[in-house]
Amino acid sequence: MTAAPPPSRAARAVRPVAVVAGNRTPFAKAGGRYAQASAKDLLVAAVDGLVARTGLAGERLGEVVAGAVLKHSRDLNLTREAVLSTALDPATPAYDVSRACATGLETAVLLAGKIALGQVEAGIAGGADSASDAPVAVDEGLRRVLLALNRARTPGARLKALAGLRPGQVVPEFPRNAEARTGLSMGEHAARTAAHWGVSRQAQDELALASHRNLAAAYERGFFDDLLTPYLGLRRDALLRPDTTAEKLAALEPVFGRDLEVPATMTAGNSTPLTDGAAAVLLSTDEWAAERGLDVLAHLVDAQTAAVDHVHRGEGLLTAPVHAVPVLLRRNGLTLDDLDLVEVHEAFASTVLATLAAWEDEEFCRERLGLDGPLGTVDRARLNVAGSSLATGHPFAATGARILATTAKLLAERGGGRALISICAAGGQGIVALVEA
Amino acid sequence: MELPRDPYGDLVRSGPGAAAARRLGLPVPARLRRYAPGQELLTGPALVLRVGAAPLAADVAAWLAAAGARVLDDLDAAGGERLGAVVVDASAARRVPDLARLRELLAPAFRCTAHGGRVLVLGAVPAEAGVPGAGPDGEPGEGFGEGFGDVEGRSVQQALDGLVRTLGKEARGGTTVNLLRVAAGAGAALRSPLEFLLSARAAFVSGQPLLVGPAPAPPPARGRRVVVVTGAARGIGAAIAEVAARDGAHVVCADVAAAGEQLARVANRVRGSALPLDVTAEGAPRALAEHLRRRFGGADAVVHNAGVTRDRSFVNLDESAWDTVLGVNLAAPLRLTAELLRTDGALAPGARFVCLSSINGLAGAKGQANYAASKAGLVGLVQALAEPLARRGMAANAVAPGFIETPMTAAMPPLPREVGRRASSLQQGGLPVDVAEVVAWLASPGAAGVDGQVLRVDGQHLTGA
Repeated sequence: MTAAPPPSRAARAVRPVAVVAGNRTPFAKAGGRYAQASAKDLLVAAVDGLVARTGLAGERLGEVVAGAVLKHSRDLNLTREAVLSTALDPATPAYDVSRACATGLETAVLLAGKIALGQVEAGIAGGADSASDAPVAVDEGLRRVLLALNRARTPGARLKALAGLRPGQVVPEFPRNAEARTGLSMGEHAARTAAHWGVSRQAQDELALASHRNLAAAYERGFFDDLLTPYLGLRRDALLRPDTTAEKLAALEPVFGRDLEVPATMTAGNSTPLTDGAAAVLLSTDEWAAERGLDVLAHLVDAQTAAVDHVHRGEGLLTAPVHAVPVLLRRNGLTLDDLDLVEVHEAFASTVLATLAAWEDEEFCRERLGLDGPLGTVDRARLNVAGSSLATGHPFAATGARILATTAKLLAERGGGRALISICAAGGQGIVALVEA
Repeated sequence: MELPRDPYGDLVRSGPGAAAARRLGLPVPARLRRYAPGQELLTGPALVLRVGAAPLAADVAAWLAAAGARVLDDLDAAGGERLGAVVVDASAARRVPDLARLRELLAPAFRCTAHGGRVLVLGAVPAEAGVPGAGPDGEPGEGFGEGFGDVEGRSVQQALDGLVRTLGKEARGGTTVNLLRVAAGAGAALRSPLEFLLSARAAFVSGQPLLVGPAPAPPPARGRRVVVVTGAARGIGAAIAEVAARDGAHVVCADVAAAGEQLARVANRVRGSALPLDVTAEGAPRALAEHLRRRFGGADAVVHNAGVTRDRSFVNLDESAWDTVLGVNLAAPLRLTAELLRTDGALAPGARFVCLSSINGLAGAKGQANYAASKAGLVGLVQALAEPLARRGMAANAVAPGFIETPMTAAMPPLPREVGRRASSLQQGGLPVDVAEVVAWLASPGAAGVDGQVLRVDGQHLTGA
């Protein structure tokens, strides 16, 4: 706190938001190395690694914002509880956010807003998910019986409540990767979108191959040395297959879209599996970073969310970013050609390819996006240049912070530029952001 | 940190075990007094003895009194109380009868040191003592003519070395005996080494000579000191980080990215920062120099601690085992130091380097040709740097740890481990913190008068002693 009098309300300007550093755990396939780690453990590891690298132990930050998609009821205060286990000053406030797979980027956007408005000087955004340690719920009928039993005050009432027990209620409910309103898994939704846009198997496998190669190359050149802290003995993403080939990917059996009229194209190789991991980014004002001698990697400039109606209008579940990006670009007076890097979250290879296809389609862009013509073509040499979710894996809430940190460092490394981040999410939602250095 | 247990030590320090050990003449290692913040400097009064003119004694007495010690100049004044320290100013001793006087004064006092007591002999630098007329009486030694200098003066000062090393071996109860060679003009630069060697921080330093000279002009005060420690993720490196942080420094904890999990834990515990750095990587010197310049405006001290072993007999050592050890232990400190010195702003004024050598580097060790060569090389490094750095107001020193209780020694076969532990005057292995205390002190501004020195932290181990 400075002794200087606060500026008048009118004088408070929107401040640039710096992306200062990022850190994540290596990601592991569900049931793998992190099988015994909870989302909280993972979040603590990611934040502690970030705190160590930036020398913030004992500091009180303005806000830590994070979340998990697969969340236990006991974790209602997940982020705050995690902060209490980190090296940060325990008086650092924290809150949870959930926007499905967009969580990790949404936390950064929320924090950035607070920083821009002068409410916070510095904070950490991120997310964690453990598909291994997913919550398991009791059968809905059993749950009602137990709640009634809890409310019962007399022996008679208790007996009456217990009379509601049925043998079938012993089967627990595991979380499903399925849309609440359609019952279809995310992969099935993506398969329908892929079929609609005619995304080929070969194109999907090529994208997956590029993801693995780019990620492997980034590891080789030490790119992740200051973006990642080993956890539980894991030093790299366990899903990375540096030696995979087009042939190996082509040999995999399709797993989604097998009931469609067109041949199924989506395999375990071009889809992300359930993953465990956590990621965090440090955002601050430029001044806060400079006071600590911390270099600013890039600035989080703008963001936009969108949602589509996958329930009634049959829009692609994961196509909301298709709608969000033109809005974001127009607001900033940009076109796709003005972007040096494009990061499109690889929930499925087909999602990325369908997104790119939509932006190139004149009719779609005119009728659905309200543009004068096609949005344009993304130069593939600028797409996911350090690999993305197909190679790293996709712990839902961690992905946004992973991509933001990677993007910021890529921009810093090339000495400046502009990058677009696009992340699709369950529920027909999406978030996109603009990062500049 | 999980340390190996010392069941023998525990046994012979227990009641019945101690009695048996005494009767059998077995070594009974003393429990060493170690530093805790706020601790008294000494466990009893300090006796300051004067041999001849003793030009340092008055300052020494004043400093000890200022540090809270009860200072005596006569053993009788102790009234039977055990002495926390005996400091003998023999810096003016030049003649053989001076040694007799030293014996006469010190022998009765030596008997009266407390548990964990300290005996410190202040001498002159032998080469300076050999300069004719440098002695207090201005006379050349007996029997030598023109051109020989004060041969007797130098001999007498060198005699102190053998005396101190012997007393180290004869001392009991964790008492240590050391020799501070005070160069002409050292002045107040003597104060910190004196206090350090008398303190519990130097618990595992015994039988050692250390030279202190004049300190360069102190650099302008900055904020919190910045100390870099390589290999900080575990063992002695982690202990150095802890002690340096305890003494107020921001510690830049550097280690390979693969050790990042432990490194983050250490960095957060000491409220420092973690720097993933493979010291052997092509870009490491540049990366470190830039990090220190941009982030901190320069480091106040750099501790070259990262080290590896690849033990094999010399004839069986392959190229890779040789290159790995020499690369990490010697080539990396050379490259890092050169780059830091070349880069404006990577080092703060008065910056200090400390290298982790090893007694095996000084004495050689079977199966460690590569390791011993690398660790001896570091001695050459600090000796070569001493003068050029002194001209810049900087310094470089090395410590040579002996048998230290680390995960590395825990992995030794039991018999060699037990022999390694007992084969020192203090009859036990040191703890990582013992090495860390010495390193942190050498890295501190108080050690400004110490440059180009190699200080063993080995409880006066028999290896190469």
